[in-house]
Amino acid sequence: MNMPGHYIKSYCRIANGEISRNGKVLFSDASEEFPAFIKAAYKYFETDYSKFFKMDNLSKLAFMGAEVLLKDQEKNTALVLSNKASSLDTDRKHQAAISDRSGAFASPAVFVYTLPNICMGEISIRHKLYSENSFFIFAEFNPHLLSDYANDLLETGKADEVLCGWVEYDKGKYDAFLYVIAKKGLLPHDTGELTKLYRTK
Amino acid sequence: MSELKQELKEKIIEQLNLEDVSVDEIANNDPLFGEGLGLDSIDALELIVMLDKDYGIKLADPKEGRKIFESIDTMAAYIAANRSN
Amino acid sequence: MDSVYLSHNNIVSAYGLDSAAAIDGIKNEVSGLTLVNDPDLLPNPFYSSLIDQKNVHEAFLKLNPQEAYTRLEEILLVSLADTLKNSGVPLTDRVGLIISTTKGNIDVLDTDSPFDESRAYLSELGGKIKSFFGFKNEALVLSNACVSGVLALAVAKRLIHQKRYDHVFVVAGDLVSKFILSGFNSFQALSESPCRPYCKTRTGINIGEVGCSVLVTKDKDRLIDASVRILGEASCNDANHISGPSRTGEGLYRSIASAMRQAQLAPKAIDFISAHGTATMYNDEMEAIAFNRAHLQDSPLNSLKGYFGHTLGASGLLETIIGMYSLHSNTLFASLGFQELGVSQPLNIIQETTAKESSVFLKTASGFGGCNTAAIFQKINP
Repeated sequence: MNMPGHYIKSYCRIANGEISRNGKVLFSDASEEFPAFIKAAYKYFETDYSKFFKMDNLSKLAFMGAEVLLKDQEKNTALVLSNKASSLDTDRKHQAAISDRSGAFASPAVFVYTLPNICMGEISIRHKLYSENSFFIFAEFNPHLLSDYANDLLETGKADEVLCGWVEYDKGKYDAFLYVIAKKGLLPHDTGELTKLYRTK
Repeated sequence: MSELKQELKEKIIEQLNLEDVSVDEIANNDPLFGEGLGLDSIDALELIVMLDKDYGIKLADPKEGRKIFESIDTMAAYIAANRSN
Repeated sequence: MDSVYLSHNNIVSAYGLDSAAAIDGIKNEVSGLTLVNDPDLLPNPFYSSLIDQKNVHEAFLKLNPQEAYTRLEEILLVSLADTLKNSGVPLTDRVGLIISTTKGNIDVLDTDSPFDESRAYLSELGGKIKSFFGFKNEALVLSNACVSGVLALAVAKRLIHQKRYDHVFVVAGDLVSKFILSGFNSFQALSESPCRPYCKTRTGINIGEVGCSVLVTKDKDRLIDASVRILGEASCNDANHISGPSRTGEGLYRSIASAMRQAQLAPKAIDFISAHGTATMYNDEMEAIAFNRAHLQDSPLNSLKGYFGHTLGASGLLETIIGMYSLHSNTLFASLGFQELGVSQPLNIIQETTAKESSVFLKTASGFGGCNTAAIFQKINP
């Protein structure tokens, strides 16, 4: 269904060793492991932000997606992200630390990332966004609910633009599809269009 | 004592993920928080865990951390005086 | 714009299996917090409010389950079954389901758990609850730290406003687990005594557990005596730190200001505030700054953490439901544990349960990731 008046301003994909924006590959790297890949991307985009290295994998993934998209964004850009595995990658690390038979020591720097919305906190800090944040968990990418929710934020004036999407990190596999909904843009804000863009890997 | 200081610098870089800092860049009397290494409140909590896990020191009051974690010098002195392993 | 209301509800807590049991406890200023000595959860004894699983399980068996469910699932199903039954809303494709939780079935990660690790995926939890009752739509799981419970009400309202649903059932819950306790303990955030929100002698949080549920609807024919209308709601980030509360109360202040704008209300219209009040030094101080910036320092205010502890992803919904009954009984509930103001700005803490004619209350919450949510509710006489 087409949502009148709202457009996809830009979109970003991070998967399979590539980072693309609006369908154009900006960066690719042959590293097999996510940490090496995302660190190479951090360097390639000349991101000078030492807090990046303290983030968990999910936050690094979402953060780099936002780096690619949020260059000249409206200050009131809401964040509406989703995934399947929540923060389970980090949850497992915390669980391993507290189950260690030789002595259980929870790490506060790990524990703080055992919530999926922390990645939106990181983006908010980086881009000074005092905006709406919501993190949803779905079995798979669900453009219908994200669209309804983004439209409501725009229609009620709660946001001028909305960064939406899917950021999944689980068992070493990563997949991010982020997009900005605005009053002007490249493509109509249409769930069919979003599904097509998401399926184009 | 200088060995302990070296060890602390390595541990801090490793455990606090200070990717762009090397051991040589941390002077023994550099402030660890604020202006110096720029550590924050979560790092302070990590250091409290490090004292417990690696040196067997439990802080009775977490506020004590502020003085102990002023610099590598103050940390090393505190650990040397209180360590149990 | 359609008006959106909160209606039928249930609270499964240390007080019992329904909202009335919790309200009775609060009216009598009885805390649900007790000293728990369970080294499997935490090496030292700690204060918490725990749900009696035997009672829950007995109630759960009456729902005729066909397979094994986790402890959290049993709690959520018992709570939602009560709300569904009382509401009589048929589960058509116009009915949504929102689940608010921070950690869901995280206890299945423990090697002692009889359940498979896959149960830790929150979409699995959503699927279990959806299919138990036969909801037509997929469950929407909201996991947004400690604002989840009140943000879930905003999400329900927004989706009704977008005409996706006519009714939404929101169910919220988190368990007291080793996972959570060890984490908050590593943050030096746990209190060794019953918590004292906003008090000079406060020393931190108690973690508690509840499961609760509510019907959010646009249908005026579905309301109950305790119903409220959602007048405004907003959620703003601090953009400051992922765990430390903002020193200027930025996100909370902005959330309140935005919700008040939407509700078109002046500060004096707020009859009371059901605040977050976790009883950590920094959180309560941050709230005091935000409430003063919003000119709400004179509004009677409580934190309900002294009754339930901090119930994480359920707290915002739990405290909103209590607020509904507070409003309709024209009673301000005492902020249990408070003795002497221990924040730098003035606040009007409710020191004893007192009668006050009320029609509007503000609910706020704040959490890790710098998130904050404010929502304003108005009494409705059906």
